[in-house]
Amino acid sequence: MAATIFMVVRLRNLFAVVMLGGIYSLLAAALLVVLDAVDVAFTEAAVGAGISTVLALGALSLTTSQEKEPSRRPLYTLAVLFVVSVTGAALIFGSLDMPLFGDPAAPIHGHVADTYLAEGQAATGVPNIVTAVLASYRGFDTLGEVMVIFTAGIGVLLAFASAQAGRKPDDEVGGGEDDE
Amino acid sequence: MSHHLVVRVIAKFLIPFIMLFGLYVQFHGDFGPGGGFQAGVIFASAFILYALVFGVETARKVVPDWVVRTGIALGGLIFGGTGIVSLLKGGNYLDYSALKADPVAGQHIGILVIELGVGITVASVMTAIFFAFAGRQRKG
Repeated sequence: MAATIFMVVRLRNLFAVVMLGGIYSLLAAALLVVLDAVDVAFTEAAVGAGISTVLALGALSLTTSQEKEPSRRPLYTLAVLFVVSVTGAALIFGSLDMPLFGDPAAPIHGHVADTYLAEGQAATGVPNIVTAVLASYRGFDTLGEVMVIFTAGIGVLLAFASAQAGRKPDDEVGGGEDDE
Repeated sequence: MSHHLVVRVIAKFLIPFIMLFGLYVQFHGDFGPGGGFQAGVIFASAFILYALVFGVETARKVVPDWVVRTGIALGGLIFGGTGIVSLLKGGNYLDYSALKADPVAGQHIGILVIELGVGITVASVMTAIFFAFAGRQRKG
């Protein structure tokens, strides 16, 4: 996975970058299967490796598949380096306080997870506890997620519709020849 | 890509199975991994594969725009409507136990119905976004 990320940063050809992004998602899905999070792995494989790659390719076909050369002004590079280092250091500093991987005393295991695991199946009659939590215990969350997807879909449709409407009169006149 | 015979035949062969797998993931989400989100994406990928191989205009004839747009809203309405129904039956909003006399059966039905709503919205939104991207011509 580190190798894919390194190549994504280095490469200037966006087509290859999109493909590497898909490979990264597939590797992440495999990692999640190893961690026994099959539902999440399923989503990562379907959304990350599948649909996102196709949509990114669709976006590339509308724009260009070659990244612009980055600016080489020294002051700009220094500022970027500063911001990235400070953010990275803050993130690493924050991760120091996190519980160890698989630590049974971690805060996440102290609240409701035990109740869900103990009572979930009897209360909902659903053997897959992930579905039970997602749909029943966290029904409001899931409703919110669906609304996010709904909003995203409407937003994309509106953006493309307005772009289309903005271009139409132009096309009727004769598309771009007016500029000259 | 419509002139590639092998791609066309294989795609025709695969699409029904992709859709069947989508339905399986949708309605088997209670027992195995899966659920509305994954099923919606898988179902949409069947349409996207069709559009990639046979062209976006052909795919638009199979699933017209109004179907996709209705689907986007319908899924959310099913989800929210389930909450309203449980409210009318005397429970809290989205409390599926109130849907039936037996709370466990109510939970089961509620989860199935809202997962269906999730699946419809996700599938429609993914198809709509792909159509919006692919339906546009490259700027000249």
